[in-house]
Amino acid sequence: MLGYLVRRLAQAVAVVFAMSVIVFVGVYAIGNPIDVMIDPGATQEIRAKLIEQYGLDQPLWQQYFVFLANVAEGDLGTSMVYNIPVVDLVFSRLPATVELVLVSVTIAGVVGIPAGLYAGYRPDSIGAKAIMALSVLGFSVPTFWIGMLLIMAFAVNLGWLPSGGRGDVGEVLGLHTSLATADGWSHVIMPAINLSLFKMGLLIRLTRAGMVEAMSTDYVKFARAQGLPDRQIVFRHILRNISIPIVTVFGLELGSTLAFAVVTESVFNWPGVGKLIIDSILQLDRPVMVSYLIMVVILFVLINLTVDLIYARLDPRVRLKGGA
Amino acid sequence: MTGALEVRGLTTRFETRAGPVTAVNDVSFSVAPGRIMGLVGESGSGKSVTGFSILGLIEEPGRVTGGSVLVEGQDLRALKPDQMRRMRGRKVSMVFQDPMMTLNPVLRVGDQMSMAVRVHEKMSKRAAWDRAREALEIVGIPAPAERLKAYPHQLSGGMRQRVAIATALLHRPAVIIADEPTTALDVSIQGQILAEVRRLADETGTAIVWVTHDLAVVSSLADDICVMYAGRIVESGTSEQVITAPRHPYTKGLIESVPSLHEPGRKLPQIPGSTPQLLNLPTGCPFRPRCPRATDICATEPPRLDTDGRHVLCHHPLETT
Repeated sequence: MLGYLVRRLAQAVAVVFAMSVIVFVGVYAIGNPIDVMIDPGATQEIRAKLIEQYGLDQPLWQQYFVFLANVAEGDLGTSMVYNIPVVDLVFSRLPATVELVLVSVTIAGVVGIPAGLYAGYRPDSIGAKAIMALSVLGFSVPTFWIGMLLIMAFAVNLGWLPSGGRGDVGEVLGLHTSLATADGWSHVIMPAINLSLFKMGLLIRLTRAGMVEAMSTDYVKFARAQGLPDRQIVFRHILRNISIPIVTVFGLELGSTLAFAVVTESVFNWPGVGKLIIDSILQLDRPVMVSYLIMVVILFVLINLTVDLIYARLDPRVRLKGGA
Repeated sequence: MTGALEVRGLTTRFETRAGPVTAVNDVSFSVAPGRIMGLVGESGSGKSVTGFSILGLIEEPGRVTGGSVLVEGQDLRALKPDQMRRMRGRKVSMVFQDPMMTLNPVLRVGDQMSMAVRVHEKMSKRAAWDRAREALEIVGIPAPAERLKAYPHQLSGGMRQRVAIATALLHRPAVIIADEPTTALDVSIQGQILAEVRRLADETGTAIVWVTHDLAVVSSLADDICVMYAGRIVESGTSEQVITAPRHPYTKGLIESVPSLHEPGRKLPQIPGSTPQLLNLPTGCPFRPRCPRATDICATEPPRLDTDGRHVLCHHPLETT
């Protein structure tokens, strides 16, 4: 177990390293940030001075090693646009995204998994067919469009919920989050639902597929022959058997939503990291892009590791050894 | 003699897209406490469906359309679904063919067994676990306490089938339906399990319906034999009667096609053709196209029931005297 963790972490370091090279080169190829940053009327001397200040006059490999050296000291660089350390910048935006994503994956799980179980348990019922039709809508209709419809309906026409922005922030256990206030909830609920629809559709279909397959297995028939009620068969026998694909998708979705909730954050004007990364790409804010993407890689590695550990808890036949 | 299990006129139909199929057709038999009845037939003869019909576990589009199933005198078909569920595992239980598939791979053996205990009897988890351990001891599993903590994949095939049998025996049911439980096992393991089952039937008084296609197994294990063909019981009697003096041509064909070690090199007789499709059965007797004794009457008239002590469904039964 410990050996497994060590190997996985070593792998993670290699992945992060490779990723940093790709990102660094890629960002370098996009364009020169100085052109965006300074007044076009600035003199040649000012331009040259700035280029030298940011170290952009050095060759690429040298810039990369300077970057690495700084990272080794815990310094991910300073935003060229906001002029504050990247770490501070990202962490000032992160709580907003995390709370939005947590609410949305919770909604997706709490609604999607039971709905999928039901749709698989009674596949021919009208309810199951309605659930399946809705799940198709959930992941085929574009997020931004549903987001705009939600705003039209609940903010503009009904006036029940605010149309965007983050509400009042309260403090729970030292964390600043809008989930601590009623106003915060009224702001988070609509974008969270919007963000959850795709995941919900996916979870419904996965759960249903697993359920349909499990219902015809011998261990379910055997449980029936022992007189177990269906409720117990579904929740104690089947759910655990079909949870591996569900956990996989859940983990991947959690990661990608945390990193790229861009569309929903833009539609609802949510001050999260998704908007930050889009803005910094437009402004060629190189340190923010590089550092952010590297943090995303670390996030994915951690989520995948967690998912693998959960596998081993769920299915006794999974043994944690080797790397891949 | 009152049977632990009495089946009268049991009929199960499946409404398929191509039309209705009668998979079990007017099946009757009875099994006394502690007796083992072999229900023999080829694939598709309806023997497994008979087992599921007895437990009330036929799924759509199938339905038991007629007959009665009496367990210790109580008609299971008159029960509401939830009452029927309470009978399963407590009064009548079932063991399946493939021990690799019948145990849930992600739950420990003890968890599965104690769940089966507690569904019918209110008791603590600990007490249920003790009951499970005793049940494993009864079926001859060494170190039962450790086995309870194991997951199914950590046990051998024979061990798993013993666990399944122990699970079916937890509540000392009046009847166990065993659906080819030794087919997937090695011959040596099969022998051990058969001996164990014979002993358990004698000791616990549980009546066992042993569903199989394997005449060799049944002849050494069962007290009585019913031979099924195309959804009907074509011949029944004590094991000795049926094996040594079969009266139905189909039974005779089955017995002759069992390979024997005593005459190596001999060409093995076969029954020509294959089991008929239940959707379009031949007119008259369904065995007629494969039967060496068939005459004109077999093509027009359904076979006659001959009951001089034994049940034979044939126009031209073999004479035994």
